[in-house]
Amino acid sequence: MEDEEVIKKFLYLNRKAPYGSIYALESLEVVLIGAAFDQNVSLAFIDDGVYQLKKDQSTDGIGMKNFSSTYRALGDYDVNKIYVDKDSMDERGLTIDDLMNLTYEDEDDDYAEKPSISILTSEKISALMEEQDVILSF
Amino acid sequence: MKFGIQVNEGPYQHQSSDSAYQFTKAALEKGHEIFRVFFYHDGVNNASSLTIPPQDDRHIVDRWTALAKEHNLDLVVCIAAAQRRGMLDEKEAKRQGKNASNLAEGFRISGLGQLIEAGIQSERLVVFGD
Repeated sequence: MEDEEVIKKFLYLNRKAPYGSIYALESLEVVLIGAAFDQNVSLAFIDDGVYQLKKDQSTDGIGMKNFSSTYRALGDYDVNKIYVDKDSMDERGLTIDDLMNLTYEDEDDDYAEKPSISILTSEKISALMEEQDVILSF
Repeated sequence: MKFGIQVNEGPYQHQSSDSAYQFTKAALEKGHEIFRVFFYHDGVNNASSLTIPPQDDRHIVDRWTALAKEHNLDLVVCIAAAQRRGMLDEKEAKRQGKNASNLAEGFRISGLGQLIEAGIQSERLVVFGD
């Protein structure tokens, strides 16, 4: 297939809170389907999007599906470049300890378990966006 | 230039839906190629054949249908987003035991892989959304 020869850098830019609108959930659905295409995939979380990675989420009070556990599966889909904007975290009083511990097994390093999340400054996030071929913004 | 277009917002609710159409039309008029237009989130509602705007307003759905016919456009509606919003083609309505379908002429329903493929095959993927 022609598709298999092209490897592009895909960035999924997540800007919205996990609940309140459907963007976060449907973004994750694209990421999971997209993983089958063997592209170079990164995820970035900025603005209220950082809440998508918050640990101990509960949707009991709002009658919606809690899909936060799906983020934990990303490592198994070889989606392990997850970047979080530091300014967005600071503005919301969050630190990396408030986020889920997302990891992946590095097949080039005897399947050692490694963290998937990196906290980047806004400048670094900008640079990351600059180097992408495709940015899907949600 | 070969463009892919992603439409994330519903018709009349949000200008993104209009902007996506205007951009696509302008690009075609300038001689560019549109690889595919992919409708996602509430954007799937741009494909509803049951849409009835007031007579003195633009008809967003018919406008896409006409543009597709004129330029042989590939208008793809995401099946997962469509199903949870009540947007079905005839075949899927039958399969799901529903008594009606509402996919307008010129659109087709398919999977999210079509969006990724548009990202891979197009030189630019332009996202219209909130």
